[in-house]
Amino acid sequence: MATDVHRPVNPQVTEVSGTEAPRPARAVRVQGLTRSFDGRAVIDDLRLDVRPGEFVALLGRSGCGKSTLLRILAGLDRDIEGTVLVPRRKAVAFQAPRLMPWKKVWRNVLLGLPGKPDRTVADQALEEVGLSHRADAWPKTLSGGEAQRASLARALVREPDLLLLDEPFGALDALTRIKAQRLVGELWQRRGCAVLLVTHDVEEAVLLADRVLVMDDGVIAHEQEIDLARPRDIADPRFAEIRGHLLARLGVDTAAEAA
Amino acid sequence: MSISHAPPGSPAPDIPETSPRDAVEPTTSALTRAPDPGLEPIVPTSSRRTRVPRWLRRTTGPVLLLALWQLLSSTGVLTADVLASPGRIAQVAGDLIADGSLASAMTTSLQRVAGGLLLGTLIGTGLALVSGLFRVGEDVVDAPVQMLRTVPFVGLIPLFIIWFGIGEAPKIAIITLGVTFPLYLNVYAGIRGVDAQLIEAGESLGLSRWGLVRHVVLPGALPGALTGLRYSLGIAWLALVFAEQVNADSGIGFLMVQARDFLRTDVIVVCLIVYAFLGLLADFVVRSLERLLLQWRPTFTGR
Repeated sequence: MATDVHRPVNPQVTEVSGTEAPRPARAVRVQGLTRSFDGRAVIDDLRLDVRPGEFVALLGRSGCGKSTLLRILAGLDRDIEGTVLVPRRKAVAFQAPRLMPWKKVWRNVLLGLPGKPDRTVADQALEEVGLSHRADAWPKTLSGGEAQRASLARALVREPDLLLLDEPFGALDALTRIKAQRLVGELWQRRGCAVLLVTHDVEEAVLLADRVLVMDDGVIAHEQEIDLARPRDIADPRFAEIRGHLLARLGVDTAAEAA
Repeated sequence: MSISHAPPGSPAPDIPETSPRDAVEPTTSALTRAPDPGLEPIVPTSSRRTRVPRWLRRTTGPVLLLALWQLLSSTGVLTADVLASPGRIAQVAGDLIADGSLASAMTTSLQRVAGGLLLGTLIGTGLALVSGLFRVGEDVVDAPVQMLRTVPFVGLIPLFIIWFGIGEAPKIAIITLGVTFPLYLNVYAGIRGVDAQLIEAGESLGLSRWGLVRHVVLPGALPGALTGLRYSLGIAWLALVFAEQVNADSGIGFLMVQARDFLRTDVIVVCLIVYAFLGLLADFVVRSLERLLLQWRPTFTGR
């Protein structure tokens, strides 16, 4: 059962899966992961564990390797060394919605599902993200927020144990972004899947995540549990404190503002 | 929960009630009474232009040209040996349609184009798929095709006559050859131009290799393929003209060659018009195909 749920991204490290407990205590297990581009290690001996159902946000400056890590977990980059174990059922939502422009929204949602899934499956997923009225639309007619929600529906319809989000709100305007963040929070609580959210927005990370990781120099340089009660309030002084602390970790001095 | 970016529907003023009405009043009335000498009114374009419909203005040129042509023919400046008069051409066209010779010639020519187009499409698209989808295919197929492409296909007519005789085969072969290359180039470029991000998205959705080809690569290459088809159709007619003027015993080209021997410029012009008409028709077919198959395109504006 464990080997069914957990599958190494790199087939060369199969022997590690044998050491797994029958019931997986982790949704993601990464050990000694190294990924080099032209001899330069972007990810260098990285360790990462994510519990099932945990919402983890990954922060870091641009170019620190956080997107590379996400691509590796998604199985899109297999040129790696080390151990990477991820659930078989995983889904990705990218910064750009990446909908197939030649497929209507509902067909996009069903794309890649095994067998011949019924349209109602797509309609349900679209309903969940509040987009059922656009099921028959061409992607070109969607607004930025709608396209991103369609992309989210496409990820959710796979019923993932791990949802990988690569700066999914990066290209949205401020108001749409707030709504989309709230939606992701709700969906996560309803679905109970593990989420890894790559972002450069500290506020977003503190708002949504159980645990925030700061990536630097190819490793997880800092880790912080966020034990604020949900729903979280940006105006909460403890929120500001955590935010200031994380920003300081990222090299932005906000001491004056936090005080 | 709708957050669509629809334009504001209400025709509200751009700056509603920013300043009290009475504060603006004196300035406005002063303007209407005595305009500032430094200001000039912007007159709407519609009030300046004469009200002749565009289509009428656009038809004037060709009609004038026809009238001039008819005038020159009637006065004997332009003899029938050089160019028949428009009236005469219309009459001959009527005769050719009436006795069925134009219809049968058109049928023959259309069959040749259809045959060549079908073969060329199959070969061009097939080769493009092989070299577009497989690295090995590219290495094996692309170089020879690019080499053959540089040979002017019309130059192969003598060789084709030796190989295929003088029946229908060399004519269809020459059209096939002309059609193959533009399709190959455009389909190949279309396949290679598919957005890598979409391919990656397809992979992350768990599509198999064949699934990627079917759901991502081929639809993505379709706009290129249709562009290729358009070029191909243009070349198909060109190839037809060449093919039919070499020892044909039927078809529009044959009608023309025959007319040349009897100095019948009227028949020649009718055949030219038919060629043009068929070309337009082909273009219309491709346009309709694009309208049908490319509705999803963000840049598509043909609706």
